[in-house]
Amino acid sequence: MTHSNVMADREGAAAPAAGPARGETVSRLLQQHGALMVLFALIVFGSVAFDSFAGGENAASIAVSSSFLAIVAIGMTFVIISGGIDLSVGSLFVLGGVLAAYGSRAGIVGALGLPLVVCGAIGLLQGLFIARSRMAPFIVTLAGLLGVRGIMLAISDEGATTYLVEDRAFASLGQDGFLGLTYPVYLTVLLCVIGIALLQRTGFGQNVFAIGGNEDAAALMGVPIVRTKVLVYFMSGLLAGLAGALNAARLSSGVTILGIGLELDAIAAVVIGGTLLTGGAGGLTGTMAGVLLLGVIQNLINQVGNLTSAFQQVVSGVFLALVVIAQRILSRVQRLT
Amino acid sequence: MAEAVAERQGIDRARVLAWLQEYGVYASVLALLLFNVAFTPHFVDTGNFRTQLVQVAPIVIVSLGMALVIGTEGIDLSVGSVMALAASVVVLYLGYGALPALLLALLAGGVAGAVGGALVAYVGVQPIVATLALLVGIRGLANVLVPQLREFTDPTLIALGSDSVMGVPLVVLIAVGLTAVVTFLVRRTTFGRQVVAIGGNRTASELSGLPVRRVLLLVYVISGLLAAGAGVLATARLQASDPTSLGMFMELSAITAVVIGGTPLSGGRIRVLGTVMGALLMQLLQATLIKHNLPQSWTQIVQAVIILAAVYAARERGAR
Amino acid sequence: MTKSTEPVLEATEVSKRFPGVLALDQVSLSLGPGEVHALVGENGAGKSTLVKVLTGVHRPDGGRLRLHGRPVAFGTPLEAQRAGISTIYQEVNLIPLMSVARNLLLGHEPRGRLGGIDLPRLHAQAEHVLAGYGLSVDVRRPLRSLSVGAQQMVALARAVSVDARVVIMDEPTSSLEPREVATLFGVIGELRDRGISTVYVSHRLEELYQICDRVTVLRDGKVAHTGPLAGLDRLRLISLMLGRDLAEVRAVGSAGPARTPDGAAPVPVVETRGLARRHVLRDVSIEVRRGEVVGLGGLLGAGRTETAKAIVGAMPVDAGEVIVAGVPLRRRSTAGAIRAGVSMLPEDRKAEGIVPTLSVRENIALAALPRLARAGVVSDARIDRVVETFMRRLRIKAASPHQRVSELSGGNQQKVLLARWLAMSPKALLLDEPTRGIDVGAKAEVQTLIEELAGAGLGVLLISSDLEELVSASDRILVLRDGAVVAELAGADVTEEQIMAAIAARSGEEPHG
Repeated sequence: MTHSNVMADREGAAAPAAGPARGETVSRLLQQHGALMVLFALIVFGSVAFDSFAGGENAASIAVSSSFLAIVAIGMTFVIISGGIDLSVGSLFVLGGVLAAYGSRAGIVGALGLPLVVCGAIGLLQGLFIARSRMAPFIVTLAGLLGVRGIMLAISDEGATTYLVEDRAFASLGQDGFLGLTYPVYLTVLLCVIGIALLQRTGFGQNVFAIGGNEDAAALMGVPIVRTKVLVYFMSGLLAGLAGALNAARLSSGVTILGIGLELDAIAAVVIGGTLLTGGAGGLTGTMAGVLLLGVIQNLINQVGNLTSAFQQVVSGVFLALVVIAQRILSRVQRLT
Repeated sequence: MAEAVAERQGIDRARVLAWLQEYGVYASVLALLLFNVAFTPHFVDTGNFRTQLVQVAPIVIVSLGMALVIGTEGIDLSVGSVMALAASVVVLYLGYGALPALLLALLAGGVAGAVGGALVAYVGVQPIVATLALLVGIRGLANVLVPQLREFTDPTLIALGSDSVMGVPLVVLIAVGLTAVVTFLVRRTTFGRQVVAIGGNRTASELSGLPVRRVLLLVYVISGLLAAGAGVLATARLQASDPTSLGMFMELSAITAVVIGGTPLSGGRIRVLGTVMGALLMQLLQATLIKHNLPQSWTQIVQAVIILAAVYAARERGAR
Repeated sequence: MTKSTEPVLEATEVSKRFPGVLALDQVSLSLGPGEVHALVGENGAGKSTLVKVLTGVHRPDGGRLRLHGRPVAFGTPLEAQRAGISTIYQEVNLIPLMSVARNLLLGHEPRGRLGGIDLPRLHAQAEHVLAGYGLSVDVRRPLRSLSVGAQQMVALARAVSVDARVVIMDEPTSSLEPREVATLFGVIGELRDRGISTVYVSHRLEELYQICDRVTVLRDGKVAHTGPLAGLDRLRLISLMLGRDLAEVRAVGSAGPARTPDGAAPVPVVETRGLARRHVLRDVSIEVRRGEVVGLGGLLGAGRTETAKAIVGAMPVDAGEVIVAGVPLRRRSTAGAIRAGVSMLPEDRKAEGIVPTLSVRENIALAALPRLARAGVVSDARIDRVVETFMRRLRIKAASPHQRVSELSGGNQQKVLLARWLAMSPKALLLDEPTRGIDVGAKAEVQTLIEELAGAGLGVLLISSDLEELVSASDRILVLRDGAVVAELAGADVTEEQIMAAIAARSGEEPHG
């Protein structure tokens, strides 16, 4: 959180070296591609240790089950790069699913339109609180987490009613596909490509990085702070709603209990992928590696058989802590070289 | 003319907001009580009061720790998971007797807090992230230790959850006692004053030679201990250990209680009694809505609105 | 090249009032095309306020701004920037984690097909622009991997490339290597040739004489002098900045304290040996004895505050040691220094001194809490006794000890901080600008207090930009320049004239007399 001036002074002490130092290059590589390296190592390990791991079918199942988290994590990546956090995405994911199932009575348009409009609007509202009223992102989205959950329970008779997906075309969107992969997987890839283009090749992307890197400087450089932030939370809400809707299509119903705690997985995936929690640096390839890493860990734990899924939480918690510690150390190394 | 009027309105508004932040929570609790006395049948009933107080006790205990952490300009998201961990540990070691099991559960909570505190104070990780990692990892650990709901029959532990002393449930007495202890800690001890000073101005505290890192570490340890205690009490009352759902969303309830109790998120000030009142207010609100046949979902929506309003009011005041 | 002589930027009788202070009092400044204009003055003289008015951070309460003859009023820094006034801050105001090229061209990126940012062209363009500033770096690397000097050059390049007509530089050379300074001056020369005007804020006199055409000296919110720099004697410039008329100084002479410090004491209470830190301090050795007030003179940025921070362990050093009452401090930390008996009253009361959320009482007791407690439980009686003693002794004016410290006047806040340290019964106090920003009455009280403290046997290291205060309070004065002690004045030499002479001497040249 806030670092004292005394400390800042100490750390900002020396940054004179102009040439690239080897320590820095290594630490940057680790930061940006660490998740990918660990993912690769895990895949190699899994293939050797379990016969059933290496097959195409298993790989496809990892991809399919990871795609929903991936879509949420794309939005979260933008939020975290901008220096914020969005704790409401888990609730929005569930709400999106319930609304999609409810809306499917009006066909595929209702099934997709209803969750996108509602979740997008909630994201927009949170963005306004954060950017306009300058309230802390964490407390606003924490209230969002609660409030959205309340709304979801209110429209599902306290979770007692599970709406079924009535529209066949919509259900097919979540269940069918080609080449052994479902549509959500392809959609994830598409969204990821669009996201990378947004981040790297548009003024909006530059603004997101600039705000996360140094908001005051960004304002002086002419970056539209409020508009950019509102847009970022709007996107995050929209993507969480979309992921929820697709998940409902896959399950043919708007399940009210799945998705609790999804915000934590999304944040973990983003951070493991090398995006700095303090904002200003990161990217979507890392996030995708982070999502897959979590998926592979889950899959490997399932392969072992006698380990519960709770074990996966322990592993991701420890992993998250290690990554955050590593980030702190790496950033110190980078400053001191 | 117009300016003078606008200025006076501005001052009045600031004063109203300041008053609301200071006494709003007491006024709200009083208003809700009066409303219930007038409109809710069977509200003025010792049985009902008992139930409400027993339910709110663990929230109060966790909120006390949260108030300390927020006083240092930090946050502890791991409290719910630490409750679950304590629930697991206590049944696992119940075979050695209730007291050793209870001590081990507290130890587990203290260690969890120490890990979070070390990450914050010594590694320099943001509190929200450090405790988020713990939230995920510790919930998993609790589930690994005790995968399913496990009932127990240890009479001492059951007594802890259900006994009363002179008509007052033990759980409530413990919460009251801990409130007194934390009040004492904040007001009367070197440690408590240092906590508030560090939250108020960390640089000045460092330059004044305060042991900033050690105090921060200790604050998270205390939060862990209190959360573990709340976990044991909740488990004792349930007469079963349920690490999967025990303490779920507890961090939200605790943060809400602290924030609407008037402790600013920016640190430098801790209102212990306000925090207790904050927890009571949310409990009362929930009870009122339920008694008037409004569902659980409403409570959550109302809770969200109250958090936003409380933070908004604090922000307005801070800006002046 | 024909240059018009009509001023590019003109401020006429600009005033700016803050609660309790008139920061700018009818200040006028005129900037011709291609002119390099030095803006100098000590802390609190109003130059940063003037810069902020010129760049749209503050709105003036009175007076007019004209740009190219047209009246302008800037609401935000961005508006000023768009009108052609760019600022290079001391702390580089760019995005450290973004690449050099993206920083340079943020908001002006070259576009490719489909309207996306054309990365190859972005990099080529950035390289091309920076080459014009003598900078050949890998523009794809994050900005923070560059040296501070190079970062500043990027900021400058960005400012100029967004079509600046006026560039304001605030202490641009404070962390540059000599080679980088030379490059910067080269660039300023080029700007001059292109008709771009520069306002150059600095305390390094040599630099001013090297590159500036004209100078405006601010003092106490007013213009003390404005005119061509050539022909203005260094000593005269310093006397203008410090507000001490040379003739007057000579007439009054020195008025040292009427105290006899314990010069015979065998060991100094505080001693430093060879304190050094890159860009900040060079071989600073100081001795303060019991009952002695040692003044640190020098201009802003000479290393006075840094010396004090290094002594109490609030700033790390590359070399040197601190010895308190004959015992070297081993682990460098503020807590350790305080335990040994040395405390610092920081210059920035708000950020580093008071805890605004706490009461007067708690602020006073803060550092001494462990001493005022039994087994970790604070004793109200003991605290009350200490608080009462010091509130009376220092004449702290507060409604009650329980009033919030943030509600007190600056002078009383300063006394609260003094009380915080005196409650620790220290051996030595380091006072960094103890009378800055407090009213005249409180100022006199604090000055008397310093004398009393030294009289009671405390060693005092006093930092003050108020020469009169420094001379009248100090037994000895060390003058710092560019992080090194350049003169030691004692006895009859403790005069304002001598201090100014020491500051004005060129590097490598000792003051005469």
